[in-house]
Amino acid sequence: MQIPDLLSVVIFLPLAGAVLTMLARGDQAIRVIALVTMTATFVLSLFLWIGFSVEDAASLQFVSGGFSLISEAVDIKYLVGVDGISLLLVLLTTLLGPIVVLSSWNYITQHRKGYYSLLLILQTGMTGVFCAFDVVLFYIFFELTLIPMYFLIGIWGGEERIYAAVKFVLYTMAGSLLMLVAILYLGHVAGQAVNGGVFTADYAKLLEFNVPISTQAWLFVLFALAFAIKVPMFPFHTWLPDAHVQAPTGGSVILAGVLLKMGTYGLVRFCLPFFPNAAADHAVLFGTLAVVGIIYGALVSRAQPDAKKLVAYSSVSHLGFVVLGIFAFTLTSLQGAMIQMVNHGLSTSALFLLVGMLYERRHTRAMADYGGIARSVPLLTFFMVLTVLASAGLPGLNGFVGEFLILAGSFGSSTPAMAVLTAIATTGVILAAVYLLWMLSRMFFGPVRREENRVMPDLNRRELATVVPLVVLMILMGVVPQPFLARSEPATARLLELIDEKQAAAPAVPTPVSPKKRPTSPEPLPEGAQPLEAKAAIPGYKAQPVRAIKHSFVLQMQDPR
Amino acid sequence: MDTDLLLLLIVLLPAAGAVLNGLLPLMWPQLRRSEAAIGAVGTACVAVPFVLALVLFFQGFAEPYVGSFYTWMGVGDFSVSVAYRVDHLSLIMALVVTGVGALIHLYSIGYMHGDRSFWKFFAYLNLFIFMMLNLVLADNLLLMFLGWEGVGLCSYLLIGFWYEDFKNSQAATKAFVVNRIGDFAFLLAMFILVREVGSLDFAEVFAAAGEMTAGTLNAVVFLLFIGATGKSAQIPLFVWLPDAMAGPTPVSALIHAATMVTSGLYLLARMSSVVLMAPTVMGLIAVTGALTALVAATIAIAQTDIKRVLAYSTVSQLGFMFMASGVGAFFVAIFHVVTHAFFKACLFLGSGSVIHGMHHVEHDLRRAGYKDPFDPQDMRTMGGLGRFMPRTRWTYLAATLAISGIPLTAGFFSKDEILFKAFEFGYDGHLFAWFVWSVGIGTALLTAFYMMRSYMLTFEGSHRWPMAQRVHPHESPWTITAPLVVLAALSLVGGFIGLPKLAEKAGLANWIHGYLVGHGTHHGPVVEAAATAHVSVGIEVVLIVLGSLIAIGGVWWAWRFYALHELTGDERIRLRFGGLYRWWQRSYYWDEFYDKVAVRPVVGGAENAFAPFDNRVVDGLVNAVARTAQQISRMARHLQTGVVQAYALAIVLGVVVVIALMVR
Repeated sequence: MQIPDLLSVVIFLPLAGAVLTMLARGDQAIRVIALVTMTATFVLSLFLWIGFSVEDAASLQFVSGGFSLISEAVDIKYLVGVDGISLLLVLLTTLLGPIVVLSSWNYITQHRKGYYSLLLILQTGMTGVFCAFDVVLFYIFFELTLIPMYFLIGIWGGEERIYAAVKFVLYTMAGSLLMLVAILYLGHVAGQAVNGGVFTADYAKLLEFNVPISTQAWLFVLFALAFAIKVPMFPFHTWLPDAHVQAPTGGSVILAGVLLKMGTYGLVRFCLPFFPNAAADHAVLFGTLAVVGIIYGALVSRAQPDAKKLVAYSSVSHLGFVVLGIFAFTLTSLQGAMIQMVNHGLSTSALFLLVGMLYERRHTRAMADYGGIARSVPLLTFFMVLTVLASAGLPGLNGFVGEFLILAGSFGSSTPAMAVLTAIATTGVILAAVYLLWMLSRMFFGPVRREENRVMPDLNRRELATVVPLVVLMILMGVVPQPFLARSEPATARLLELIDEKQAAAPAVPTPVSPKKRPTSPEPLPEGAQPLEAKAAIPGYKAQPVRAIKHSFVLQMQDPR
Repeated sequence: MDTDLLLLLIVLLPAAGAVLNGLLPLMWPQLRRSEAAIGAVGTACVAVPFVLALVLFFQGFAEPYVGSFYTWMGVGDFSVSVAYRVDHLSLIMALVVTGVGALIHLYSIGYMHGDRSFWKFFAYLNLFIFMMLNLVLADNLLLMFLGWEGVGLCSYLLIGFWYEDFKNSQAATKAFVVNRIGDFAFLLAMFILVREVGSLDFAEVFAAAGEMTAGTLNAVVFLLFIGATGKSAQIPLFVWLPDAMAGPTPVSALIHAATMVTSGLYLLARMSSVVLMAPTVMGLIAVTGALTALVAATIAIAQTDIKRVLAYSTVSQLGFMFMASGVGAFFVAIFHVVTHAFFKACLFLGSGSVIHGMHHVEHDLRRAGYKDPFDPQDMRTMGGLGRFMPRTRWTYLAATLAISGIPLTAGFFSKDEILFKAFEFGYDGHLFAWFVWSVGIGTALLTAFYMMRSYMLTFEGSHRWPMAQRVHPHESPWTITAPLVVLAALSLVGGFIGLPKLAEKAGLANWIHGYLVGHGTHHGPVVEAAATAHVSVGIEVVLIVLGSLIAIGGVWWAWRFYALHELTGDERIRLRFGGLYRWWQRSYYWDEFYDKVAVRPVVGGAENAFAPFDNRVVDGLVNAVARTAQQISRMARHLQTGVVQAYALAIVLGVVVVIALMVR
């Protein structure tokens, strides 16, 4: 079955739903509209999975749009599509949609209209981020997620919601504004080089363009900083615990499940292929920060008295693995990073849902207020234990697949420093057991310390409906991860090839910045030593003569029209 | 029947049992009370795989068979399959796991009767068998690691089974975390192999091992060995096992004695061809085993909790198995795994039967108005139980004689073979083997002594519990004693599968050697160190006689000593050894040491350094930036006064400055 412009429908259906909720009357109608819209979106997105061609996973599929957004004077288009890198993240986003609505069903009692319409707008923004193949469009979607989230935290959050919301927005904005500057500059120089002087934001054209070495470094830093804040990487992570603790459960689920992935996705989608040399130069730095994040996040997590904060810091630790996998530049580690993004989305979302359910029952997040509740809420405990095990990377559950591939791949990186970093990162599997089992032990086991914990309602059907899909996927992706891995592999493999090719060709384009570095002949210049050193960090790189050809590779992208 | 199908059934039946017993009662609480059905399903899901494994056993499989089912995960050229390997090594392990496992399931029906989480217990136990079968049948290291961590999980769940006591939950967490330290090393070993070999399949790893550098080989074997010390409770990672006794006793018998803790030995045997290429690490393995055996045996002498005696005894016996692996006699390690599974499971189940009886004593005491604390596991309040629990007593005695190495019992053959192999290795010019051998001889004596001590204090002598004239224990029901009888019988005769070399003169071959290592041109799955020197028959006879005398001497000594002194015997030993005895009682302060150097620095560091650092410094900086920005904007706000004259003045000043700069 072919649905025309399926992807655009998936992206914008929630927005339409938002309009409907605004028009609707009555709390029940609002919730139902939101749920139906989210569910319909998810069901439609399943056709993306079904219709996706695995062999062509490296190329753009379900392409939709292609029309100019602003004017013909600049090449800024509405252009969306999915490839192997975005497919799973799109599905993760659409899956979490209905789950978030259900989890908010009784939790949100005030301003329901505002809450659900913001949720739906947010859904459009998030889906768009993973599908946009025009950097300006990407930026628009990226920013579009910011505003609804700001209100979700600021209006429906906890006691210090204003502080947390403002911190979240300012921190993310600071990063993304710098990225905007980089986008504008990049579009300008790329436009001159490959688009006949017309500014271009077209992803394919930008990929064609080899950014001069000297400019790569700072453009990379501007892009990477925006994403590093979003991930968040150590030391830019402190907005996260505040935002998580203050956000309502639904907000936390979206934040951990999808928003953080926008950071790691951005690194894979833009930083690596646009600035391959600079990325290689900074690989050890990012690897180190990632490993620090893994261990630091785990230790700080262990020290939290607040269950939600503990889970929040666990994200810092877990996403450290993803970043390590990205910057190790091996196919195995990158594939691990891709699947780990989804894994983290599933397991951390489930953790936040379950902690949120406890909060709804007892109105406290302090672990000391619980203890021994396994007896009163056996079902909740069962799902919690399973989720914790997935999060701690137990083989047979999804987390292990990602962690193992990331670590095994990074260990095989040709940079010796990466092997050392990987060995250190592996201690993270011990620490994950330490802080996660500590939480289980304190909250669920031991004697019942408070009378009010003795009798608590166990999960009801609505709550089961939110957790069961996640847990089923955790098991499924742990036992048969191959269908998921297979869908991204052609794309990640192609990405790494592209990086190799571009690194070889990088100094070919004259740089407008420093006349000294302008190559005047096809022979390798003394300055050429710089990119060559950088290339050595990439496995599989074969030294090639520097070529003065602009279009030295063929893009495997379908024509959008 | 098709081998693939048989394999699938063997592996998946326990999983099905776990799902049935776990999920159905979880969803429908009214099912939780049907103990008979739950117990029957649980036991059948292990007994049937045992029968199917027997079918495979009789089919032979001198040549390994690999049943590959699907690709678990793969990237590029690297791929790992869910594939199971049938060969003599995996078959023997699968038989022990399902055979002993089925007996312990049967036992648990009686032992766990009336527990409110009866259903959960059987679900966990079935899950354990599933994971253990994955561990021993896996055809690659990664699938083996799934079983490896999976059994660790079940161990965690079962140690913390009675989670209302916070101590149990803590013991469970400790076991899991310490095991994970070992798993960390296992992971690193796999990373090296992925990089160097590009595969984790056993066949490919073995084939590639010859081309690896000595450094790589040593690293891999060393890391796998560290992994093994975690799961098999050796120095430095043995500390979790004694605490693991917090779990129900069938768990101690199945997981913490017969099966899971032997997986480290299985790993080394499976990788024997690779381990043999790293002789330096082998020395380390043997010496570690010897030291662990000795250390644990001395601790066992000073324990008063019957399960803790058995726990340290397990650690000590595992040490013996590591000695065997370290001197290149992997098949002997597996031989001891098998015999140990018989007698140690019998001992643990026997202690469970005793505890069961003492629980009744406690129950009766409470009814009679007794208020003081009463520990049903404390041997000091037992004594003379043999009169009330005859079947438990005789089976316990049989297993005690077996573990002590009394001639012709199972332990005699396997332990003697370990010591003989160590001796032979030393004879072959490996100096460390002499050390290992002498420690082994000394530990064998201690073993006979402390095991007989536990028997004497429990089953012989006077009744030392309160109101002994009014209350006394009763023999346990048949579901408990029947497995005891079977295991006791195996403890007595199970050793004949591994006759000493001497028997070859009489035309009797060592079956397990032929089965695992092969004979003539046929090679089995386990490789052994090639001996160059030949130990003469005379020396072998001397060694056997020496081993027998030590076992008989130790048993006789303990029997005399504790028959005479009963509980005051311990006091006499304490006076004799003074400060050393305290170290034994407190397990050489090992836990305290780790607490000081590892646990408190990490936890304390997290709470007192990292968390405040994050709060004050990392976040403090962020907030400081924000505050600065706010202040700057506050200052900038003063510029926008709204007074037109001020703007005009500013413009004029600006123009002046610009002109000044231009003319400069």
